[in-house]
Amino acid sequence: MATEPLPLQKTAAAAAVDIAPVPATSQTGRPLVRFDNVVKRYGDHVVLDGLDFSVRRGENVTLIGPSGSGKTTILRLLMTLEKVSDGVIWVDGDPLSHTRAPDGSLRPATEKHLRKARKKIGMVFQQFNLFPHMKVLQNITEAPVSVLGMGRDEAETRARELLDLVGLSGKTDAHPSQLSGGQQQRVAIARALAMQPEILLLDEVTSALDPELVAGVLELLSDIARNTDITMLCVTHEMNFARDVSETVLMFDAGRVIESGSPEKIFTDPAHERTREFLTAVL
Amino acid sequence: MNGFDWSAARDALPLVLEGFEVTLLATVLGTLVAAVLGLAIAIAGRAPSRFVTVPVRVVMEFIRSTPLLVQLVGAAALFTFVEPLTIGIVVLGIHYSTYTSEVYRAGIDGVPKGQWEACRALSLSPRRTWQAVILPQAVRNVLPALGNYAISMFKETPFLAVITVQEMVFEARKYGADHFAYTEAFTLAGLVFLVASYPTSLLMRKLEKRLGH
Ligand SMILES: Nc1ncnc2c1ncn2[C@@H]1O[C@H](COP(=O)(O)OP(=O)(O)OP(=O)(O)O)[C@@H](O)[C@H]1O
Ligand SMILES: [Mg+2]
Repeated sequence: MATEPLPLQKTAAAAAVDIAPVPATSQTGRPLVRFDNVVKRYGDHVVLDGLDFSVRRGENVTLIGPSGSGKTTILRLLMTLEKVSDGVIWVDGDPLSHTRAPDGSLRPATEKHLRKARKKIGMVFQQFNLFPHMKVLQNITEAPVSVLGMGRDEAETRARELLDLVGLSGKTDAHPSQLSGGQQQRVAIARALAMQPEILLLDEVTSALDPELVAGVLELLSDIARNTDITMLCVTHEMNFARDVSETVLMFDAGRVIESGSPEKIFTDPAHERTREFLTAVL
Repeated sequence: MNGFDWSAARDALPLVLEGFEVTLLATVLGTLVAAVLGLAIAIAGRAPSRFVTVPVRVVMEFIRSTPLLVQLVGAAALFTFVEPLTIGIVVLGIHYSTYTSEVYRAGIDGVPKGQWEACRALSLSPRRTWQAVILPQAVRNVLPALGNYAISMFKETPFLAVITVQEMVFEARKYGADHFAYTEAFTLAGLVFLVASYPTSLLMRKLEKRLGH
């Protein structure tokens, strides 16, 4: 797999030059993502209950927790696929879930605001969600051309580079249905990266894959985590992967962060009984 | 009863075929109107504002619950300055758009939710989402059903005779009256309908099978 420097390194680095070079371990400085007392309800069902956490630029965070604890909901809120019921989500110092009114107060975001704000964020889905009627190359170039206004030639050149990166240079003209699950997920990763996101959300991206295809996709994601400045939030049950790529593990239960820390700390010496129970169950 | 007069049938053929041209024209253009308008209605029905969706629903309910014939006669009485054929095409198109819009709606609903979410995750504009992602997939699902509506519209074009459009049945009746040969003229018209619509529906069924997989 790709051991040469990744082509997207340049672009991601370019997106990051305007911020102060904060050391990766520093807790100071503005967080890139901040959940501020976020509540999410479906009817009477409270899924997230006053959630607070923040993520620094370039930090790779793994979200773990039992089924139904709200991990997917967090990513969907960040991708603006869902609306917060209460509280505010901040991205890079600006409200994501809200618009700032002229008097400085926060109003629930308009569709126009969301369309602009979500450009910094990309997502890879468990079920890939590729566009089945488009060829692989077009899947990747569609958004750069129509959203970023990139020229078609440039978009195609970049798409080919990305396909090279994900190990699928021979598949530009294939349709998604002609690819294996692992290959489809690689295309989906390339498609997300083509938008040069600052934040990449990954929701159990290997859990729909046949077991023998999982390792390749995880290896690709590790490469991306190591070699780019993209801030990754991933939900995964692959604890080795989490240990490998993330600086921080957040343990959720019932819509709250009950514990957070480095992978070594969480996996070897968790402070909470709940975390310990969960880890014994999944490891 | 006297037997079938073959020479009268031969005699009527040119006139009936002339009418068939009008019938075909009305069907093709009427289908076009129904296909485009139906799509517009289906998309408007998904508008976030009730100021759009409610009036659309009311008008559709009204059109669907009154007979085509009444709509034709009503429109012809209202718009006396418009050519009957034009009225026929527009009324057929509007009438059928209330059905095709349902077809489109089902086709759009059939596009998985994940496709919409992928569009959002890529920040595609609503326009691009519809144009590049949703409609190409929805239209594939609806082509066979649209074809079937085209065939039923074809078979309803004789109603246009009521507002003096000179389509096939109009011509057949005229010939029948002039030469006292109704049986021959109408049999001929019936045969033309059969010859035109049976292969079309076979084609539709084939298309349906091919798109289904
Ligand atoms: N659209 C919805 N309507 C109603 N309830 C929902 C909806 N989406 C999620 N929920 C509920 O919210 C809770 C959290 O769901 P979520 O998918 O975020 O959990 P999760 O941590 O991702 O679980 P898993 O590990 O099983 O994927 C669950 O109880 C779920 O039933
Ligand atoms: Mg989930």
